[in-house]
Amino acid sequence: MKGISFGQYYPANSVIHKMDPRFKILVAITFIVATFLCRSAVSFLALLCIGIALILISRIPLRTIVRSIAPLLFIIGFTVVINIFFGTGEKLLLEVWGIRIYAEGIWRALFMFLRIFVLITSTSVFLTYTTTPMDLTDALESLLSPLKVFHVPVHVFAMMMSITLRFIPTLTEETQKIMNAQKARGADFTNGSLIKRVKALIPILIPLFSSAINRATQLADAMECRCYHGGEGRTRLNVMKWHASDVVYMLIGIAICVGLVLLNQIQLGYVMN
Amino acid sequence: MSDIFIHARDLCFSYADEEGREENPALQNFSVDICRGEYVAVLGHNGSGKSTFAKLLNYILEPTSGELTVGGLELSRKDLSDEEILNLRKNVGMVFQNPDNQLVATVVEQDVAFGPENLGIEREELRRRVDYALETVGMTPYAKHEPHRLSGGQKQRVAIAGILAMMPQCVVFDESTAMLDPGGRREVLDTIRKLNREHGMTVLNITHYMNEAAEADRIIVINDGKLLMDGTPDQIFAQRDALHEVGLEVPQCAELIHALRDAGVPIDGETLSSPEACADLLQKAFTKHAK
Amino acid sequence: MDKIYLDHVSYVYSRGTPYEQVALDDVSLGIREGCITGIIGHTGSGKSTMMQLLNGLIKPNAGRVLIDGYDINSTVTDVYDAWSEREEYAPLSPRKRKKKMQAEIRERKSKLCFRIGLVMQYPEYQLFEETVYADIAFGPRNMGLGEEEIRTRVLEAAAFCDVGEELLNKSPFDLSGGQKRRVALAGVIAMRPEVLVLDEPAAGLDPLGRTFIFEGIRAYQRKTGSTVLIVSHSMEDMARYSDDVVVLAGAKILRQGTREEVFAHVEELAETGLDVPQITHLMRLLRERGIDAPKNVYTVAEATAALKELFLRGGDGR
Repeated sequence: MKGISFGQYYPANSVIHKMDPRFKILVAITFIVATFLCRSAVSFLALLCIGIALILISRIPLRTIVRSIAPLLFIIGFTVVINIFFGTGEKLLLEVWGIRIYAEGIWRALFMFLRIFVLITSTSVFLTYTTTPMDLTDALESLLSPLKVFHVPVHVFAMMMSITLRFIPTLTEETQKIMNAQKARGADFTNGSLIKRVKALIPILIPLFSSAINRATQLADAMECRCYHGGEGRTRLNVMKWHASDVVYMLIGIAICVGLVLLNQIQLGYVMN
Repeated sequence: MSDIFIHARDLCFSYADEEGREENPALQNFSVDICRGEYVAVLGHNGSGKSTFAKLLNYILEPTSGELTVGGLELSRKDLSDEEILNLRKNVGMVFQNPDNQLVATVVEQDVAFGPENLGIEREELRRRVDYALETVGMTPYAKHEPHRLSGGQKQRVAIAGILAMMPQCVVFDESTAMLDPGGRREVLDTIRKLNREHGMTVLNITHYMNEAAEADRIIVINDGKLLMDGTPDQIFAQRDALHEVGLEVPQCAELIHALRDAGVPIDGETLSSPEACADLLQKAFTKHAK
Repeated sequence: MDKIYLDHVSYVYSRGTPYEQVALDDVSLGIREGCITGIIGHTGSGKSTMMQLLNGLIKPNAGRVLIDGYDINSTVTDVYDAWSEREEYAPLSPRKRKKKMQAEIRERKSKLCFRIGLVMQYPEYQLFEETVYADIAFGPRNMGLGEEEIRTRVLEAAAFCDVGEELLNKSPFDLSGGQKRRVALAGVIAMRPEVLVLDEPAAGLDPLGRTFIFEGIRAYQRKTGSTVLIVSHSMEDMARYSDDVVVLAGAKILRQGTREEVFAHVEELAETGLDVPQITHLMRLLRERGIDAPKNVYTVAEATAALKELFLRGGDGR
């Protein structure tokens, strides 16, 4: 079961991989906001170009990205269909069996498609594909640390998050192992009624819980042995520092977002309200 | 007396049952002294109390009664401060059985740094320690790897590095090789020996593998919570019958010497701890007989 | 005919990803019926993959897994010609024939896990029922047996694995490690499999627990005459308990044959990093010192007999 990989981190050597993860989170958020501010055909065209550019810069194979979009195809398809067949407008293009298709509907469907596409690519390029889950956790802890003033236990959340990430592959492997063991005793997980199938999960869930509790106890002992006593007085091996380059990237990112909004002013073609 | 690191006198420990009553004495009037720099193997079958002893050394468990002093700190005292406990755990590192259940981070070097991070070590010193620890266990090339992709032996070496980075004086291995294959076991045993011989650390290896115990300078055998034997591997392996009685074996070569003696072959000498030593004994016996 | 035959079997994990790993590379191997066969190899030598192939948990990427001569991953096309001659198929039209064959193939597949009993590494993780009895009965119950038959089988399996009757009504979670292991083993034996496959059955147990498990398995095999496969990385244990031995290294078979045949090449095996039995190592040391110690000795009992005889013959034997 060596093949199990968690998260979708794709190891490569690109500019985006090297950026400060905190910056990546911030840029991703700015970008998401920007996609929602896009309203004109020109700005959507620019958005598409930026999306493609991001993929190229990140050196992640197109195939991998397409695969990550696949599960969302249904939602994309649904939005597109709704907009085409049920959208209203002024320019009637076609009327079949009482269903009216307007030009505006088609534009809107196209925009929606682009919006979702760029949303997914930008978040995955900035976050999941180019940042290890551990870095993401650290970045979140660092970004949220001002909340400590309000007694929000940021460190505890970050610790929980990182232990969860650490144990996902271990528990996945274990689930597979237990499933195999029960299958070897004739357990059937695929046939029968829903109730029967839910019942069939018991022989997996009970051993899994029992082992998870066991692991948790042992881990707690091991952490205590390594002098863990909460977040107080802890130092970190990797301290995140802003580099000059990060500031430059940040400025470029903001400039792009502002540019997108400004492009809305060029009202060529359809403008979404 | 100054170089005694662990001192136990009439040490007792009982686990409480569900109603909070004490039952099942896991250790009874257990007395032992272990010096700085010793390499001691602790033997016993499952449930003999050997792991309980290990957990007492680190104050994961509190002694029920009796005396226990580790590195100058009296653990049987009831009023230990948090600082004293932290200091103890920094000095006495512990490596457990299941390598998966003691690694906390998703990157090897960050896991190694976990202990010293908790101790509030400054960043430059932290970096130095992590590098030193990984170097010592031979895992430097894997510093940026994800632990779950490593082999059992490698994971266990990362766990050892995590302990070393706290700069302890003593490391306790609680059946750390039980879940490993022979290759992984070899890796860990070589690391243990290196810590003791080259870094002068006090080492306790709790195990039920006789071949492993043979590598230590001294063996302590625990049975039903009591000290049964204490001596060099040669002295221990000479008592085959007593070991059999408590469900333990001697290494194959020592067993062979005993079996040959039972069969009436006269073999002199008491060095039974390695195949080489046993071969010497047999050679002597055969040459003598040939004359 | 061999009970099990692997015919040019290959298996690759995570194919087409950066983590691709060849577990078995064009392996051909026969397992004799009614014997204990030890499969020795490192972690990652393909041992565990092999055992999962045997009861259809995974399918080979290439090659066939034959049990009693039948490829367990057969499709209708594979069996069509051969089965068409059988009398229940001959009178049917090709379409009905195929449909019925499909049903038979599915039937055989679902029965396979009861014929090939698989005991995973650390099998105590699989325990989940409220009582030991119910847990051992899980397999037989899945076979659709009656209560009476289930009872007989549970008691029989418990006896084989030295699970005392007083334990049967306890919760499996209250047992000691060694007891849990034996209950898990009983849970598989209760299905009365023709082939029992065990992955490191004694891993992590103390010497007494080890002996208990191995002696139990051997007693079971001798009494029922079933075929037993033990996957292990201990040459010492396999020298003691197996009839045949297969050595895997780097996804290929390094040696196979009877225990004597394989262990005759013990030095070659040591080069792959496997642990040679201490006794064998000692015999080699003795030969280096000019004592005529026999080569084909792998257990303490054998060595004692051989050396005693040598001694009585007059010392160094030259």
